[in-house]
Amino acid sequence: MSIDQFKYSRIPPEAEALRGDVRAILADALKDYPTIRRADSWMGFDAEFSRRLGAQGWVGMALPKAYGGGDASPFARYVVIEELLAAGAPVSAHWFADRQSGPQILHYGTDAQRDRHLPAICRGEQFFCIGMSEPNSGSDLASIKTRAVRKGEKWVINGQKVWTTNAHRSHYMIALVRTGENSKRQEGLSQFIIDLSLPGITIRPIKDLTGSEHFNEVFFDDLVVGDDAIIGTEGQGWSQVTAELAFERSGPERFLSSIALLHTLIDAVGKHPDALQAKEIGRLAARLVTLRHMSLAVTAQLAAGKNPAWEASVVKDLGAVFEQEIPELAQLLCELPPTSAGGCDHAQVLAYLTQMAPSFSLRGGTREILRGIIARGLGLR
Amino acid sequence: MREIFDSTLERLFSDLVTVDVVLAAEGGNWPTELWQNIEESGFTMALVPEELGGAGASWADVCGIIRLCGRFNLPVPLPEAMLANWLLGASGLEGVAGTLSFASAGDLRIENGVVSGSVTGVPWGREVSRIVAIAQGEVPTVVLLSVEAAGLEPSANTAGEARDTFVFASVKPLAAAALPTAVGTRVLETGGAMLRAAQIAGALEATLNLTSTYAGERVQFGKAIGSFQAIQHQIAVLSEHAAASVMAAEAAFAESGDTFAVLQVMAAKICASEAAGIAASVAHGVHGAIGFTHEHALHLTTRRLWSWRSEYGSLTYWSQQLGRAICAGGSGSLWPAITCGALAEAKEVTV
Ligand SMILES: Cc1cc2nc3c(=O)[nH]c(=O)nc-3n(C[C@H](O)[C@H](O)[C@H](O)COP(=O)(O)OP(=O)(O)OC[C@H]3O[C@@H](n4cnc5c(N)ncnc54)[C@H](O)[C@@H]3O)c2cc1C
Repeated sequence: MSIDQFKYSRIPPEAEALRGDVRAILADALKDYPTIRRADSWMGFDAEFSRRLGAQGWVGMALPKAYGGGDASPFARYVVIEELLAAGAPVSAHWFADRQSGPQILHYGTDAQRDRHLPAICRGEQFFCIGMSEPNSGSDLASIKTRAVRKGEKWVINGQKVWTTNAHRSHYMIALVRTGENSKRQEGLSQFIIDLSLPGITIRPIKDLTGSEHFNEVFFDDLVVGDDAIIGTEGQGWSQVTAELAFERSGPERFLSSIALLHTLIDAVGKHPDALQAKEIGRLAARLVTLRHMSLAVTAQLAAGKNPAWEASVVKDLGAVFEQEIPELAQLLCELPPTSAGGCDHAQVLAYLTQMAPSFSLRGGTREILRGIIARGLGLR
Repeated sequence: MREIFDSTLERLFSDLVTVDVVLAAEGGNWPTELWQNIEESGFTMALVPEELGGAGASWADVCGIIRLCGRFNLPVPLPEAMLANWLLGASGLEGVAGTLSFASAGDLRIENGVVSGSVTGVPWGREVSRIVAIAQGEVPTVVLLSVEAAGLEPSANTAGEARDTFVFASVKPLAAAALPTAVGTRVLETGGAMLRAAQIAGALEATLNLTSTYAGERVQFGKAIGSFQAIQHQIAVLSEHAAASVMAAEAAFAESGDTFAVLQVMAAKICASEAAGIAASVAHGVHGAIGFTHEHALHLTTRRLWSWRSEYGSLTYWSQQLGRAICAGGSGSLWPAITCGALAEAKEVTV
């Protein structure tokens, strides 16, 4: 692996041309949207907003027109999603479908699966969640135990998923489960599209440390699904999941989670920063410029059909460090204690993102796992 | 164009920029053969328009060249000559062959056609015959000066690279032209920062290669030290910062044309300056005592990183400029600046 693979790629003019419209429409749609909710970024759930974006053509926009998408370039999609995040729009409802499940179904799905899911995804009406982690399988994903057993044309699924973001308000889960017994743990895994309204599924939200409910435990008890629920090839789940992770690890959501706090910090500091404030805000801005170039370079590789797993891990790890540094610096640069009730916008956003920050280097793969992938790419393991 | 440039120079440097040559240059022995080859290749004039005697290349074409200069610890002023010649060309003056450098700091004045004052920190000053600088006068003026008649106060950076002071007393420039207003009086400082950012990026690539190769070879406790997770993760972090620096330098060069893309240059120099310290620390840690010896080549790179990160504006210097510009615009100006790659307020602050 060589760091030369980060090739500078400019957003093409036709994609860049979208930005003005997106900004204008968002400025209007979000004009009364509270600052503290903007801090939710891609964790903010608003089904109605997702539907409006779908009607605007901004969900699943890189999917083919035949399925209700916009046939837009990955860069056009990039412009739209980074504008949504920078504005702090609530995009979580459709986010996973737009980023992962939609492309996954387009790539590996059958015609019937595409017809069933893609148009509804593009309308911003069908929401997905990602069922990878299990209680005893976090970083060690290949150790998952949830199992699907074939019974004629059907599969019976038993097991448990955990930390599944939005499971309680999604329509479908793409779950990684064990379908075969093999000597290598990475073999015999398959992905299923699971209709979460079926009997045999129990979903229990887990409160996070702020008291909010984003993620869940999901139990499968003799859940019966058809053969048509398998996505891709039986037994190829591992390679499908690892390809999917490049999409999950390289986007602007991997370095913009704390952007709302950077915004309130700049205003709290005011027009005449002292030397330390100026230095740290400038350094963060420089890092942001660079992370964005790196993320765009990975987007270009994904668009070219490559699997930039190594580069995506680099963006995700540097991005998480950046996102976590913002609350650390914010509390250091202004004498303003964080407040979770009362207080000014900045104090509230500081409180919220300080508490969210630990998750930034967990979700989507931990620091240690990412650095392991990077080290492997460098030939060290 | 870029690929031909890069492969030509990589071959030339592989042949001629040996450890011995670099060490000898640090000791004051000018590498004549190396410089002659570089000059014959025409690269010192690459950024000069064709009608003024150059190759008409753009900054975007030469980022790889400058990274290579960093990767090989090149002990001659090729980046400096390229920037100096670019400014001559941009001012309508002919490019010059031969040893050439530039001065960005000092108090040069031009009056009645003669230049007086001093310049400091001139890279390779004592080794070159001419330098390009900007002298204040009725209008800021780009001047090409012979250093023959100037007083020299030698100085050097941590890598033994000459960073000299010259004093000029009523010297007639070899060439002079008004500085184009679009270019701005701090063009040489910004250009110098961009060069050093790309050289650091190149040096980081070298540091990464040296370090991961060594980690794969050195055996302790019965296995290669690179198989210890603690070592792997340190090198992974080094590679992240190296990749970020490469990316930021590439963006700065790609977006610079007749003027420098100031926001991208700032970002590149800030990221590179931060990466330099991290990389040197990881590399020396992983190499153990052997890397602390004069015998081992690691220090050729790390001693350059320690100087280049401070030259033409440290992390703090550029971060403060950028931070002030952003705060002046308020939070609403941050994201538009990042996406369009320019900061309205940055101009006021930096030019
Ligand atoms: C907010 C949030 C949302 C999430 N959403 C989803 C979701 O939608 N879908 C989903 O499937 N999952 C989701 N996850 C789960 C996430 O992917 C896991 O938390 C993550 O993979 C880590 O697993 P774990 O929590 O079990 O930690 P563990 O794997 O137990 O790790 C604990 C610590 O040990 C370290 N460690 C583990 N193995 C090694 C090793 N080999 N070498 C060195 N260190 C090691 C880890 O890096 C970490 O520091 C979410 C998590 C969070 C916090």
